[in-house]
Amino acid sequence: MNPMDNELTPRDNEFGLAKAAAESAPILDQSAGSFFKQLQGFWVTFIMQFKKVNTVQYPEVKEPTAERFHGRHQLNRHPDGLEKCIGCELCAWACPADAIYVEGGDNTPDAQFSPGERYGKVYQINYLRCVFCGLCIEACPTRALTMTNEYELADESRSKLIFEKEDLLAPLRAGMLMPPHPMYPGSTDTTYYKGEVPGADPSQGATTNV
Amino acid sequence: MGLEEKLPSGVVLTSVEKLAGYMRKSSLWPATFGLACCAIEMMAAGAGRYDLARFGMEVFRASPRQADLMIVAGRVSNKMAPVLRQIYDQMAAPKWVIAMGACASSGGMFNNYAIVQGVDHIVPVDIYLPGCPPRPEMLMDAILKLHENIGDAKLGSNRERVIREVEAAALAAKPTIQITGLLS
Repeated sequence: MNPMDNELTPRDNEFGLAKAAAESAPILDQSAGSFFKQLQGFWVTFIMQFKKVNTVQYPEVKEPTAERFHGRHQLNRHPDGLEKCIGCELCAWACPADAIYVEGGDNTPDAQFSPGERYGKVYQINYLRCVFCGLCIEACPTRALTMTNEYELADESRSKLIFEKEDLLAPLRAGMLMPPHPMYPGSTDTTYYKGEVPGADPSQGATTNV
Repeated sequence: MGLEEKLPSGVVLTSVEKLAGYMRKSSLWPATFGLACCAIEMMAAGAGRYDLARFGMEVFRASPRQADLMIVAGRVSNKMAPVLRQIYDQMAAPKWVIAMGACASSGGMFNNYAIVQGVDHIVPVDIYLPGCPPRPEMLMDAILKLHENIGDAKLGSNRERVIREVEAAALAAKPTIQITGLLS
Protein backbone atom coordinates (compact mmCIF):
# COMPACT_ATOMS: atom_id res chain seq x y z
CA MET A 1 0.00 0.00 0.00
CA ASN A 2 1.30 3.39 -0.87
CA PRO A 3 1.97 5.43 2.31
CA MET A 4 0.86 8.49 0.41
CA ASP A 5 -2.73 7.20 0.42
CA ASN A 6 -3.50 8.65 3.82
CA GLU A 7 -1.92 11.97 3.07
CA LEU A 8 -3.92 14.87 1.82
CA THR A 9 -3.18 15.56 -1.79
CA PRO A 10 -3.35 19.06 -3.24
CA ARG A 11 -6.57 17.96 -4.95
CA ASP A 12 -8.20 17.23 -1.54
CA ASN A 13 -7.16 20.65 -0.35
CA GLU A 14 -9.01 22.15 -3.24
CA PHE A 15 -12.24 20.71 -1.79
CA GLY A 16 -11.46 22.00 1.68
CA LEU A 17 -10.96 18.56 3.18
CA ALA A 18 -7.88 19.63 5.04
CA LYS A 19 -9.79 22.49 6.60
CA ALA A 20 -12.64 20.19 7.63
CA ALA A 21 -10.21 17.71 9.17
CA ALA A 22 -8.60 20.51 11.15
CA GLU A 23 -11.96 21.73 12.45
CA SER A 24 -13.25 18.34 13.51
CA ALA A 25 -10.12 17.56 15.50
CA PRO A 26 -10.50 19.46 18.81
CA ILE A 27 -13.14 17.16 20.35
CA LEU A 28 -10.83 16.47 23.28
CA ASP A 29 -9.92 20.13 23.67
CA GLN A 30 -9.98 20.86 27.40
CA SER A 31 -9.83 24.64 27.16
CA ALA A 32 -12.16 26.86 29.18
CA GLY A 33 -14.29 27.76 26.16
CA SER A 34 -15.01 24.12 25.33
CA PHE A 35 -16.00 23.39 28.95
CA PHE A 36 -18.44 26.29 28.89
CA LYS A 37 -19.97 24.99 25.67
CA GLN A 38 -20.48 21.55 27.19
CA LEU A 39 -22.12 23.11 30.22
CA GLN A 40 -24.40 25.04 27.92
CA GLY A 41 -25.48 21.75 26.32
CA PHE A 42 -26.23 20.10 29.63
CA TRP A 43 -28.13 23.21 30.74
CA VAL A 44 -30.60 22.69 27.89
CA THR A 45 -31.17 19.11 29.06
CA PHE A 46 -31.57 20.25 32.65
CA ILE A 47 -34.00 23.06 31.93
CA MET A 48 -36.25 20.77 29.83
CA GLN A 49 -37.31 19.03 33.05
CA PHE A 50 -39.26 22.11 34.04
CA LYS A 51 -40.90 22.71 30.66
CA LYS A 52 -44.49 21.74 29.99
CA VAL A 53 -44.82 18.18 28.61
CA ASN A 54 -45.73 18.16 24.94
CA THR A 55 -47.15 14.63 24.82
CA VAL A 56 -50.89 14.07 24.41
CA GLN A 57 -51.93 11.02 26.44
CA TYR A 58 -53.91 9.74 23.48
CA PRO A 59 -56.23 6.88 24.45
CA GLU A 60 -57.19 8.64 27.68
CA VAL A 61 -57.07 12.23 26.44
CA LYS A 62 -58.48 12.79 22.98
CA GLU A 63 -57.75 16.23 21.62
CA PRO A 64 -60.57 17.47 19.40
CA THR A 65 -59.69 17.53 15.72
CA ALA A 66 -59.88 20.59 13.54
CA GLU A 67 -63.48 21.62 13.07
CA ARG A 68 -63.61 20.59 9.41
CA PHE A 69 -61.49 17.46 9.74
CA HIS A 70 -62.37 14.83 7.16
CA GLY A 71 -63.47 11.80 9.12
CA ARG A 72 -66.06 9.08 8.69
CA HIS A 73 -69.05 9.95 6.48
CA GLN A 74 -72.59 10.45 7.64
CA LEU A 75 -75.89 10.23 5.76
CA ASN A 76 -78.09 12.97 7.11
CA ARG A 77 -81.83 13.12 7.68
CA HIS A 78 -84.53 15.74 7.22
CA PRO A 79 -86.05 17.09 10.47
CA ASP A 80 -88.89 14.57 10.30
CA GLY A 81 -86.54 11.59 9.91
CA LEU A 82 -86.75 11.01 6.14
CA GLU A 83 -83.38 10.39 4.52
CA LYS A 84 -81.82 13.19 2.50
CA CYS A 85 -80.11 10.77 0.10
CA ILE A 86 -81.97 10.46 -3.19
CA GLY A 87 -79.77 7.77 -4.68
CA CYS A 88 -78.45 9.94 -7.54
CA GLU A 89 -74.95 8.36 -7.41
CA LEU A 90 -73.21 11.71 -7.94
CA CYS A 91 -70.96 10.92 -4.97
CA ALA A 92 -69.97 7.62 -6.53
CA TRP A 93 -69.17 9.39 -9.79
CA ALA A 94 -67.12 12.05 -8.04
CA CYS A 95 -65.11 9.56 -6.01
CA PRO A 96 -61.52 9.36 -7.34
CA ALA A 97 -60.92 6.02 -5.64
CA ASP A 98 -64.22 4.35 -6.58
CA ALA A 99 -64.91 3.76 -2.92
CA ILE A 100 -68.65 4.48 -3.01
CA TYR A 101 -71.31 2.13 -4.32
CA VAL A 102 -74.90 3.38 -4.58
CA GLU A 103 -78.02 1.73 -5.85
CA GLY A 104 -81.11 3.88 -6.07
CA GLY A 105 -84.62 2.62 -5.46
CA ASP A 106 -88.12 3.98 -6.08
CA ASN A 107 -90.15 5.39 -3.22
CA THR A 108 -93.67 4.00 -3.11
CA PRO A 109 -96.64 5.37 -1.13
CA ASP A 110 -96.29 2.34 1.15
CA ALA A 111 -92.56 2.75 1.69
CA GLN A 112 -91.39 6.37 1.54
CA PHE A 113 -87.74 6.67 2.62
CA SER A 114 -86.92 10.12 1.28
CA PRO A 115 -88.96 13.05 -0.06
CA GLY A 116 -89.55 12.76 -3.79
CA GLU A 117 -89.33 9.79 -6.10
CA ARG A 118 -86.03 8.07 -5.35
CA TYR A 119 -83.97 7.02 -2.36
CA GLY A 120 -80.63 5.30 -1.82
CA LYS A 121 -81.50 1.63 -1.55
CA VAL A 122 -77.95 0.42 -1.14
CA TYR A 123 -75.22 2.71 0.09
CA GLN A 124 -71.75 1.38 0.72
CA ILE A 125 -68.45 3.13 1.35
CA ASN A 126 -65.28 1.07 1.25
CA TYR A 127 -63.08 2.77 3.82
CA LEU A 128 -60.01 0.90 2.62
CA ARG A 129 -60.32 2.73 -0.71
CA CYS A 130 -61.59 6.05 0.59
CA VAL A 131 -58.98 8.79 0.67
CA PHE A 132 -61.15 11.24 2.65
CA CYS A 133 -60.81 13.92 -0.01
CA GLY A 134 -64.35 15.23 0.39
CA LEU A 135 -65.22 15.34 -3.32
CA CYS A 136 -68.35 13.27 -2.58
CA ILE A 137 -69.45 15.92 -0.10
CA GLU A 138 -69.03 18.62 -2.73
CA ALA A 139 -70.92 16.56 -5.28
CA CYS A 140 -73.94 15.81 -3.09
CA PRO A 141 -76.89 17.94 -4.30
CA THR A 142 -79.03 17.47 -1.21
CA ARG A 143 -76.34 17.78 1.46
CA ALA A 144 -77.17 14.22 2.43
CA LEU A 145 -73.55 13.18 2.69
CA THR A 146 -71.28 15.02 5.12
CA MET A 147 -68.24 14.07 7.10
CA THR A 148 -67.94 13.70 10.85
CA ASN A 149 -64.81 14.14 12.94
CA GLU A 150 -64.73 10.49 13.92
CA TYR A 151 -61.45 8.85 12.97
CA GLU A 152 -61.03 5.60 14.92
CA LEU A 153 -61.77 3.23 12.07
CA ALA A 154 -59.12 0.49 12.19
CA ASP A 155 -60.41 -3.07 12.00
CA GLU A 156 -59.13 -6.54 11.37
CA SER A 157 -60.74 -7.57 8.11
CA ARG A 158 -61.51 -6.00 4.77
CA SER A 159 -65.22 -6.80 4.88
CA LYS A 160 -65.68 -5.05 8.23
CA LEU A 161 -64.42 -1.83 6.69
CA ILE A 162 -67.10 -1.71 4.01
CA PHE A 163 -69.66 0.44 5.76
CA GLU A 164 -73.31 -0.17 4.91
CA LYS A 165 -76.13 2.33 4.91
CA GLU A 166 -77.07 1.40 8.50
CA ASP A 167 -73.55 2.22 9.68
CA LEU A 168 -73.49 5.57 7.92
CA LEU A 169 -76.99 6.90 8.63
CA ALA A 170 -77.26 9.66 11.23
CA PRO A 171 -79.06 8.68 14.44
CA LEU A 172 -82.67 9.73 14.97
CA ARG A 173 -82.86 12.98 16.89
CA ALA A 174 -85.78 14.18 19.00
CA GLY A 175 -88.90 14.71 16.87
CA MET A 176 -87.68 12.39 14.14
CA LEU A 177 -89.47 9.32 12.94
CA MET A 178 -87.84 6.18 11.57
CA PRO A 179 -88.55 5.87 7.83
CA PRO A 180 -90.36 4.54 5.90
CA HIS A 181 -93.22 6.90 6.62
CA PRO A 182 -95.28 9.30 4.48
CA MET A 183 -94.10 12.84 3.76
CA TYR A 184 -95.12 15.81 5.91
CA PRO A 185 -98.79 16.62 5.24
CA GLY A 186 -99.24 19.11 2.41
CA SER A 187 -95.56 19.12 1.47
CA THR A 188 -93.60 18.39 -1.68
CA ASP A 189 -89.91 17.59 -2.04
CA THR A 190 -89.31 21.31 -2.68
CA THR A 191 -90.73 22.12 0.74
CA TYR A 192 -88.21 19.72 2.24
CA TYR A 193 -85.25 21.22 0.43
CA LYS A 194 -86.27 24.75 1.44
CA GLY A 195 -86.13 23.61 5.06
CA GLU A 196 -89.78 24.34 5.73
CA VAL A 197 -90.53 21.02 7.40
CA PRO A 198 -90.25 21.59 11.16
CA GLY A 199 -90.33 17.99 12.35
CA ALA A 200 -92.43 14.86 12.23
CA ASP A 201 -96.20 15.43 12.30
CA PRO A 202 -98.41 13.09 14.39
CA SER A 203 -100.19 12.13 11.16
CA GLN A 204 -96.95 10.60 9.85
CA GLY A 205 -96.81 8.14 12.75
CA ALA A 206 -95.77 8.11 16.39
CA THR A 207 -92.71 10.30 17.00
CA THR A 208 -89.75 9.04 18.94
CA ASN A 209 -88.54 10.98 21.95
CA VAL A 210 -84.94 9.90 21.78
CA MET B 1 -41.94 -22.22 19.62
CA GLY B 2 -40.92 -23.12 23.11
CA LEU B 3 -42.14 -24.82 26.24
CA GLU B 4 -45.44 -22.93 26.25
CA GLU B 5 -46.47 -24.74 23.07
CA LYS B 6 -46.19 -28.15 24.72
CA LEU B 7 -48.22 -27.40 27.87
CA PRO B 8 -51.56 -29.17 28.24
CA SER B 9 -54.61 -26.93 28.08
CA GLY B 10 -56.23 -25.91 31.36
CA VAL B 11 -55.32 -23.67 34.27
CA VAL B 12 -51.59 -23.67 33.59
CA LEU B 13 -51.87 -22.84 29.91
CA THR B 14 -54.42 -20.05 30.41
CA SER B 15 -52.15 -18.35 32.96
CA VAL B 16 -49.16 -18.73 30.66
CA GLU B 17 -51.24 -17.37 27.80
CA LYS B 18 -52.14 -14.28 29.80
CA LEU B 19 -48.56 -13.69 30.88
CA ALA B 20 -47.13 -14.27 27.41
CA GLY B 21 -49.80 -12.07 25.83
CA TYR B 22 -49.10 -9.27 28.30
CA MET B 23 -45.39 -9.43 27.64
CA ARG B 24 -45.72 -9.67 23.88
CA LYS B 25 -48.04 -6.72 23.61
CA SER B 26 -46.06 -4.51 25.99
CA SER B 27 -42.83 -4.53 24.01
CA LEU B 28 -43.82 -4.68 20.39
CA TRP B 29 -40.96 -3.44 18.27
CA PRO B 30 -41.94 -2.22 14.82
CA ALA B 31 -39.79 -2.66 11.75
CA THR B 32 -39.39 0.50 9.72
CA PHE B 33 -41.27 0.02 6.53
CA GLY B 34 -42.18 3.52 5.48
CA LEU B 35 -42.85 3.64 1.77
CA ALA B 36 -44.74 6.88 1.19
CA CYS B 37 -46.56 9.73 2.90
CA CYS B 38 -47.98 7.45 5.63
CA ALA B 39 -44.43 7.09 6.88
CA ILE B 40 -44.42 10.77 7.82
CA GLU B 41 -47.40 10.20 10.09
CA MET B 42 -45.72 7.07 11.43
CA MET B 43 -42.66 9.13 12.32
CA ALA B 44 -44.89 11.72 13.96
CA ALA B 45 -46.44 8.96 16.06
CA GLY B 46 -42.99 8.00 17.25
CA ALA B 47 -42.02 11.58 18.10
CA GLY B 48 -42.64 13.55 21.26
CA ARG B 49 -46.19 14.72 20.82
CA TYR B 50 -47.73 11.26 20.30
CA ASP B 51 -44.86 9.26 21.80
CA LEU B 52 -45.18 5.56 21.00
CA ALA B 53 -42.67 4.97 23.80
CA ARG B 54 -45.66 5.04 26.14
CA PHE B 55 -46.64 1.64 24.72
CA GLY B 56 -43.11 0.21 24.78
CA MET B 57 -42.58 0.52 21.04
CA GLU B 58 -40.44 3.58 20.50
CA VAL B 59 -37.63 1.59 18.84
CA PHE B 60 -38.24 1.35 15.13
CA ARG B 61 -35.82 -1.42 14.20
CA ALA B 62 -34.01 -1.27 10.91
CA SER B 63 -33.15 -4.95 11.24
CA PRO B 64 -36.13 -7.25 10.69
CA ARG B 65 -34.61 -9.87 12.99
CA GLN B 66 -35.27 -7.61 15.96
CA ALA B 67 -38.78 -6.55 14.98
CA ASP B 68 -42.17 -8.07 15.86
CA LEU B 69 -44.46 -5.74 13.97
CA MET B 70 -44.32 -4.54 10.40
CA ILE B 71 -46.18 -1.29 9.82
CA VAL B 72 -46.55 -1.15 6.04
CA ALA B 73 -46.90 2.58 5.61
CA GLY B 74 -47.53 3.56 2.04
CA ARG B 75 -48.22 2.17 -1.39
CA VAL B 76 -46.45 -1.05 -2.35
CA SER B 77 -45.41 -1.27 -5.98
CA ASN B 78 -45.04 -4.59 -7.74
CA LYS B 79 -41.30 -4.11 -7.69
CA MET B 80 -41.31 -3.56 -3.93
CA ALA B 81 -43.51 -6.58 -3.20
CA PRO B 82 -40.77 -9.25 -3.10
CA VAL B 83 -38.68 -7.00 -0.86
CA LEU B 84 -41.59 -6.61 1.52
CA ARG B 85 -42.14 -10.35 1.60
CA GLN B 86 -38.47 -10.96 2.28
CA ILE B 87 -38.44 -8.51 5.18
CA TYR B 88 -41.52 -10.27 6.56
CA ASP B 89 -39.90 -13.69 6.21
CA GLN B 90 -36.80 -12.46 8.00
CA MET B 91 -38.76 -11.32 11.03
CA ALA B 92 -38.79 -13.77 13.92
CA ALA B 93 -42.13 -15.30 14.89
CA PRO B 94 -44.44 -14.27 16.52
CA LYS B 95 -44.91 -11.37 14.12
CA TRP B 96 -47.73 -9.07 13.13
CA VAL B 97 -48.54 -6.72 10.26
CA ILE B 98 -50.48 -3.46 10.19
CA ALA B 99 -51.57 -2.23 6.77
CA MET B 100 -51.42 1.51 7.35
CA GLY B 101 -53.41 3.75 5.07
CA ALA B 102 -55.64 3.19 2.08
CA CYS B 103 -52.83 2.25 -0.34
CA ALA B 104 -51.33 -0.48 1.84
CA SER B 105 -54.77 -1.83 2.77
CA SER B 106 -56.33 -2.02 -0.67
CA GLY B 107 -54.39 0.01 -3.20
CA GLY B 108 -56.49 3.08 -2.39
CA MET B 109 -56.98 5.41 -5.32
CA PHE B 110 -54.04 3.85 -7.20
CA ASN B 111 -56.00 1.16 -8.95
CA ASN B 112 -53.43 0.55 -11.67
CA TYR B 113 -50.88 -1.94 -12.96
CA ALA B 114 -48.01 -0.70 -10.83
CA ILE B 115 -49.46 -0.91 -7.34
CA VAL B 116 -50.23 -4.05 -5.34
CA GLN B 117 -53.93 -3.89 -4.50
CA GLY B 118 -53.45 -4.41 -0.78
CA VAL B 119 -50.50 -5.93 1.03
CA ASP B 120 -52.68 -8.86 2.10
CA HIS B 121 -51.85 -10.27 -1.33
CA ILE B 122 -48.29 -10.70 -0.07
CA VAL B 123 -48.32 -10.97 3.73
CA PRO B 124 -51.04 -11.81 6.26
CA VAL B 125 -52.43 -8.55 7.67
CA ASP B 126 -53.70 -8.31 11.24
CA ILE B 127 -55.09 -4.78 11.30
CA TYR B 128 -56.26 -2.62 8.40
CA LEU B 129 -56.10 1.10 8.98
CA PRO B 130 -58.00 3.41 6.62
CA GLY B 131 -57.06 7.03 6.01
CA CYS B 132 -54.99 8.93 3.50
CA PRO B 133 -52.79 9.29 5.41
CA PRO B 134 -54.19 8.29 8.79
CA ARG B 135 -53.35 10.76 11.55
CA PRO B 136 -51.03 9.53 14.33
CA GLU B 137 -54.02 9.00 16.63
CA MET B 138 -55.51 6.62 14.06
CA LEU B 139 -52.25 4.66 13.94
CA MET B 140 -52.17 4.49 17.72
CA ASP B 141 -55.78 3.35 17.73
CA ALA B 142 -54.87 0.55 15.31
CA ILE B 143 -51.87 -0.38 17.43
CA LEU B 144 -54.00 -0.52 20.57
CA LYS B 145 -56.54 -2.72 18.81
CA LEU B 146 -53.68 -4.99 17.77
CA HIS B 147 -52.42 -5.01 21.37
CA GLU B 148 -55.82 -6.25 22.48
CA ASN B 149 -55.67 -9.08 19.94
CA ILE B 150 -52.14 -10.01 20.95
CA GLY B 151 -53.09 -10.02 24.62
CA ASP B 152 -55.88 -12.53 23.89
CA ALA B 153 -53.76 -14.73 21.65
CA LYS B 154 -53.93 -18.48 22.29
CA LEU B 155 -51.02 -20.85 22.72
CA GLY B 156 -50.37 -24.57 22.44
CA SER B 157 -53.41 -26.81 22.03
CA ASN B 158 -55.77 -23.81 22.33
CA ARG B 159 -53.98 -22.18 19.42
CA GLU B 160 -54.32 -25.30 17.30
CA ARG B 161 -58.04 -25.40 18.08
CA VAL B 162 -58.48 -21.74 17.04
CA ILE B 163 -56.57 -22.38 13.81
CA ARG B 164 -58.79 -25.38 13.04
CA GLU B 165 -61.92 -23.31 13.68
CA VAL B 166 -60.75 -20.47 11.45
CA GLU B 167 -59.86 -22.96 8.71
CA ALA B 168 -63.28 -24.63 8.95
CA ALA B 169 -65.04 -21.26 8.80
CA ALA B 170 -62.99 -20.22 5.77
CA LEU B 171 -63.81 -23.48 3.97
CA ALA B 172 -67.51 -23.11 4.77
CA ALA B 173 -67.67 -19.48 3.58
CA LYS B 174 -69.23 -18.79 0.21
CA PRO B 175 -66.71 -17.64 -2.39
CA THR B 176 -67.15 -14.10 -3.63
CA ILE B 177 -67.81 -15.32 -7.16
CA GLN B 178 -70.88 -17.22 -5.96
CA ILE B 179 -72.35 -14.29 -4.03
CA THR B 180 -75.14 -12.80 -6.13
CA GLY B 181 -77.52 -9.89 -5.68
CA LEU B 182 -77.02 -7.08 -3.20
CA LEU B 183 -73.85 -7.24 -1.17
CA SER B 184 -75.62 -6.15 2.00
